[in-house]
Amino acid sequence: MHELSVAQNIVEILNENIAHYECSSVKTVLLEIGEYSGIIPDSLKFCFDSIKSDTPFGNAELKIKNIPFRMQCNACKSETGNNFGMRICEKCGGHDTEIISGTEMKITDVEIDTL
Amino acid sequence: MSIIKIERKVLEKNDELASQNRGDLKNKNIFCVNILSSPGSGKTSIIERTIEHLKDDVKIAVIEGDVQTDIDAKRVEKYKVPVIQIVTNGGCHLDAKLVRDAMANLNFSDINFLVIENVGNLVCPAGYDLGEDCKVVILSTTEGDDKPLKYPKMFMNSEVLIINKTDLLPYVNSNIETLKTNALKINPNLTIFETSCSTGDGIDKWCNWLIDNVNK
Repeated sequence: MHELSVAQNIVEILNENIAHYECSSVKTVLLEIGEYSGIIPDSLKFCFDSIKSDTPFGNAELKIKNIPFRMQCNACKSETGNNFGMRICEKCGGHDTEIISGTEMKITDVEIDTL
Repeated sequence: MSIIKIERKVLEKNDELASQNRGDLKNKNIFCVNILSSPGSGKTSIIERTIEHLKDDVKIAVIEGDVQTDIDAKRVEKYKVPVIQIVTNGGCHLDAKLVRDAMANLNFSDINFLVIENVGNLVCPAGYDLGEDCKVVILSTTEGDDKPLKYPKMFMNSEVLIINKTDLLPYVNSNIETLKTNALKINPNLTIFETSCSTGDGIDKWCNWLIDNVNK
């Protein structure tokens, strides 16, 4: 449900970063969204598409790269993360783990049509 | 076609304001908790019991977040502590800006403990830093012992878990040991308290933990 406010944040960041380009030429906004960021990618796209006509970026499409959840065990150093976010090392059963990826929510690049 | 590199966190505005909130609170030596749960798990009841227990030792203020009404603020007001109600008008979570605006109406010189009661929701509020020292998630026994596995982000991002309504355990299918095991599978560093706001069981342990942190 908070995908709408996230979409509004994306519009604000675009406004700040590419105002000096021809905004209607923004074709694609590339995002990295982690598996445990709390964002449903399809819902975010839907929300962005719903509000974009009121922005200078009416032609833009969101392209979302899903980042899988991964963690590293501090005991055996194995990298795992296939068990629904459980922080238990899948190799040694250790509970002391660090999250490496899967919580991201960022804009990485914007593709602009330069005719 | 050309590509412009941006590399910006989508919630960077929120994170900036949250760190301003955190800085202001730290400067005034105010310990701040962000209380999160589904609707009806007992957030306001825990706050009421906490004020009753701590009001002679700690100077408390409360920020209440709700989608609609000031019912919770009115409940808390009866305890003669400063309370500010945020009404989100449909918004599913509090953000750092809403809290910053509410904080502007608080007299910081009179408090050393700020409680923020978030909107009842086990999903969205987990993603928004408000500037708190720690997130406290409440899960009541009636909600089922599988919830930490089904809503992992909330438990991943919280420092404290309060298992509330323990007096109802004989009447529900939740197993408290399974609930704790599931929560620790998602976040092994969780500090866990067991409380009942009806009987008062466990409120003292939670409040002792709070006093230790307020006085740090």
